[in-house]
Amino acid sequence: MASSMIGSRVERTEDKKFITGKGRYTADITLHGQTYAFFIRSPHARAKIKKVDISKALAAPGVVTILTGQDIIKDKIGGLIAGWKIVSKDGTDMKLPAHPPLAHDQVNYVGDHVAVVIAESLEEARNAAELVNVDYKVLTAVVNTASAMTSEAIYEGIDKNLCFDWELGDKAKTEEAFAKADRIVHLKLNNNRLVPNAMEPRASIGEYNSSTDDLTLYTTSQNPHLTRLVISAFNGVHPEHKFRVVAPDVGGGFGSKIYPYAEDVVIAYAAKKIGRPVKWVCERTDSFLSDCHGRDHVTEAELAVRKDGIVTGLRVNTIANLGGYGSLFATVTPTYLYAPLIVGLYNIPAAYCNVKAVFTNTAPVDAYRGAGRPEATYLIERIMDQAANEMGMDRAEFRKKNFITAFPHQQCLVHNIDSGDYHAHFNKALELADYKGFAKRKADSAAKGKLRGIGFSTYIEACGIAPSSVVMSIGAGVGLWESAEVRFNATGNISVFTGAHSHGQGHATTFAQIVADKLGVPMANIDLVHGDTDKGPFGMGTYGSRSLAVGGSAISKACDKIIDKGKRVAAHMLESTPDEIDFKDGEFIVRNSNKKKTIGEIAFACYLPGTYGEIKSPLPAGVEPGLKETAFYDPINFSFPSGSHVCEVEIDQDTGVTKVVKYSCVDDFGTLINPMIVEGQVHGGLAQGIGQALYENAYYDETGQLVTASYMDYAMPRADHFPEFKIEYTCTPATSNPLGVKGCGEAGAIASPPAVMNAVIDAIGTDISMPATSEKVWQALRTKVKSAKKAA
Amino acid sequence: MKSFNYHSASTVAEATGLASKASAYLSGGMTMIPSMKMRLASYKDVIDVKKIKQLHGIKVSSKSVTIGAATKHAEVAQSKEIKKAIPALCTLAGKIGDAQVRNRGTLGGSIANNDPTACYPSACLALNAIIHTSERKIEAAKFFTGMFETALKKGELIVAVEFSIPEKSSYVKFPNPASRYAMVGVFVAKHKAGVQVAVTGAKAGIYREKAIEQALDKNFSEKALDNIIIDSSDLNSDIHASADYRASLIISSAKQAVAHCK
Repeated sequence: MASSMIGSRVERTEDKKFITGKGRYTADITLHGQTYAFFIRSPHARAKIKKVDISKALAAPGVVTILTGQDIIKDKIGGLIAGWKIVSKDGTDMKLPAHPPLAHDQVNYVGDHVAVVIAESLEEARNAAELVNVDYKVLTAVVNTASAMTSEAIYEGIDKNLCFDWELGDKAKTEEAFAKADRIVHLKLNNNRLVPNAMEPRASIGEYNSSTDDLTLYTTSQNPHLTRLVISAFNGVHPEHKFRVVAPDVGGGFGSKIYPYAEDVVIAYAAKKIGRPVKWVCERTDSFLSDCHGRDHVTEAELAVRKDGIVTGLRVNTIANLGGYGSLFATVTPTYLYAPLIVGLYNIPAAYCNVKAVFTNTAPVDAYRGAGRPEATYLIERIMDQAANEMGMDRAEFRKKNFITAFPHQQCLVHNIDSGDYHAHFNKALELADYKGFAKRKADSAAKGKLRGIGFSTYIEACGIAPSSVVMSIGAGVGLWESAEVRFNATGNISVFTGAHSHGQGHATTFAQIVADKLGVPMANIDLVHGDTDKGPFGMGTYGSRSLAVGGSAISKACDKIIDKGKRVAAHMLESTPDEIDFKDGEFIVRNSNKKKTIGEIAFACYLPGTYGEIKSPLPAGVEPGLKETAFYDPINFSFPSGSHVCEVEIDQDTGVTKVVKYSCVDDFGTLINPMIVEGQVHGGLAQGIGQALYENAYYDETGQLVTASYMDYAMPRADHFPEFKIEYTCTPATSNPLGVKGCGEAGAIASPPAVMNAVIDAIGTDISMPATSEKVWQALRTKVKSAKKAA
Repeated sequence: MKSFNYHSASTVAEATGLASKASAYLSGGMTMIPSMKMRLASYKDVIDVKKIKQLHGIKVSSKSVTIGAATKHAEVAQSKEIKKAIPALCTLAGKIGDAQVRNRGTLGGSIANNDPTACYPSACLALNAIIHTSERKIEAAKFFTGMFETALKKGELIVAVEFSIPEKSSYVKFPNPASRYAMVGVFVAKHKAGVQVAVTGAKAGIYREKAIEQALDKNFSEKALDNIIIDSSDLNSDIHASADYRASLIISSAKQAVAHCK
């Protein structure tokens, strides 16, 4: 039974509650004596706060209290933090504006937090909020990414709105490569801004017990321990040991729920201040305005290529929009999560990347599914296509010519890639996509009056960001290990605690599979506990495709410790020695004998360590009772999933509508624990990536109003936009963790935007920016016809 | 949402009797309830008309199809009688919103709201609909008076809509990629007396596109529209579609509609 658990398509044990409406999300919690909070947000992108008049509102029915930026100052509540320090190329530290949880001096984006009204009911809170009078002096907003540096400075002391001007790579060596190049390929790219759109909007509930001084915050978090750490250590709301953060079921996050938001800090603080529970649930419009957005890069890239098609250098200049403040992982996303991967799967000997991160009067931008890696992949895969086209080479052959082939491979930038076989997944993807048959399909489409295009994308990502010593040396404010506790109960079943926290990934199933496999215990006897700082050991949460590689490995390590102890106990009970005991399929067996004990019997013995009636289970001398082990795992390196995706589109020339008609991908995620869950992850990622390429765009007008602040204007991809995805795998196990796993959560969103865009550009024959909306495509085709007519 | 008094009327007289300056009729609530939740609208009294029997039912005669105002989009989409008489109405209703909207939203609610991107008003205009209300009968051409504006007086309740049966007709919607309302929707109806083409989504309100009508009157074929140029000067322009693009979509949608007319 045991060995078959790895790689088994086990149905998700958590699905029953989710599909029958029995999940328990933060908004489902109601506490005795609960009050309701409503946040007053800035309607302006940039304004000075002259006065906040709450007098009328305070007198409104049902109002308990109203807190403003002045209360934050008075009660010394600290600001929100950026957790990763980036050093500019001139050696200076990044520059950050103050980020108070309630603004008192200036608001910096539409949706910025100004005050919170707390009342007996939500309706009363909303009614009173209409009576709060905020006197603003409206200032000119800085909105545009590309021109932010030449616009008025938003903050005193932050020249050119520049947070940092950072670089990576050997500039001189790269210049030399370009000097010697036979051809230099240029490309300008926009990576469009996206709204995360988790299905569950954010919510928090604060509860304070004044007699015990215990503060609890229920919140929609991917990372409850980090939330507790930040709110206690930096915002100073309550000491960590008296502060519990619970993230119950979490309905998606895509990165937007990694860190605490202003609302979390204010709700925890308000509950403590008024001594009653305070509940806040985000409305969808608030999500659009104030959830951290993703992407928003403007990039110029150049590729140096030899006549024979060998790429010799890559030079990149990127402006990354951080929005109004520096959010928690905002600074690492366009630097260390981005630049090291701009060379993709290719053996490029010299590369240089300059990133200027700018502040604008827009919602803060932070990690969003893929975080930096989609931006890197979009860049390299678009310019590889451009280069092949300019040189008249087959785009697939051009890629193959430049793949890394020997592992481990030390990139010219940062990473030492342990394993991979890029030709294997690329060739398999070409076959799966029937690349050979494309010309015929293109002709068939043409016969119907439609344009057909094919696009390739290969990618590498760096997941399971680690080891802590390395990431901390480049600015991380936290260690990036993970913890686990495997706790046998006396009756032989197991509670597993992890510091990772599922927000849709199916951890309860996948992690149980690991334990079932390691310990030979049926899945039904294993329960996963996560999302509560009072239950499990300190953890680092779920993001960056890290949970399995890092958290799963910690579980595996804790299981190893259980087996070690079990061998000692079994040896004593079986009158043998630990080194004579083998453990297999849940049984401890004395080598070359039929003497054995099941792991359940060992657990029982550990909890009843003595002799009583029929129970005869004394423990060996020096062995503690109980069977529970904790492990912290800090990987030796990142893991490096990679893959090849092929997209085919058909375009209607009359309307410009692009239809994705075929999508094939072959990914190398290392060892797969549950291929069904992996497939689901790939599906979701592809949906988001295709969404970015064709539909989604967070659009601010020149005054800083978010025009796409609802589903009436923000175009989400729908199921009927997609063909049946063809998904296959290759496998080169990771060497950086004991499970050999690499991470799969973000791959789809990383690989698909360039695959789709390369297909669209192949079909229409001209460059186009994301999202390739029907109007843009129609316009591009019309321009092409016009210029063709002119030429004729 | 602000507090309000909820009433459920069982007759037209009861509903109109409850109406006041501060009241609103609630049918499917697919626009009204979100507006109330967003505090864009608030009422003292909300009068639910869904339980009024007179507002339900589908009647087909040799000349017309009469549909009760509280008939849901899904009912219209699935009606075999309507499909025989005016299949385009079923197509139109079957593509409004999503399954949830179609199972709540109603014909009367849609036309009373007169959203400039809604689908039903185009069918009313192209099919010479007569709007039966609690007080009178109003021709579609006089019913839709402007963006979210109709000829309905305060307290007047739509009871049914009577569509005349054309020789053939078709509706083609080019959905807004975000909302899936009509970015452009074209209803083509070929009557004995002539072709009527109503366009939704393209202007501040529903209108008839005479240039296309004239061309199709001469020659009812896609080809007839090859050289038609739509004046884009008063067409909507927004982040999803410029006026020129909408003009082009009107033609391509009209062509598709002609091709699929039955």
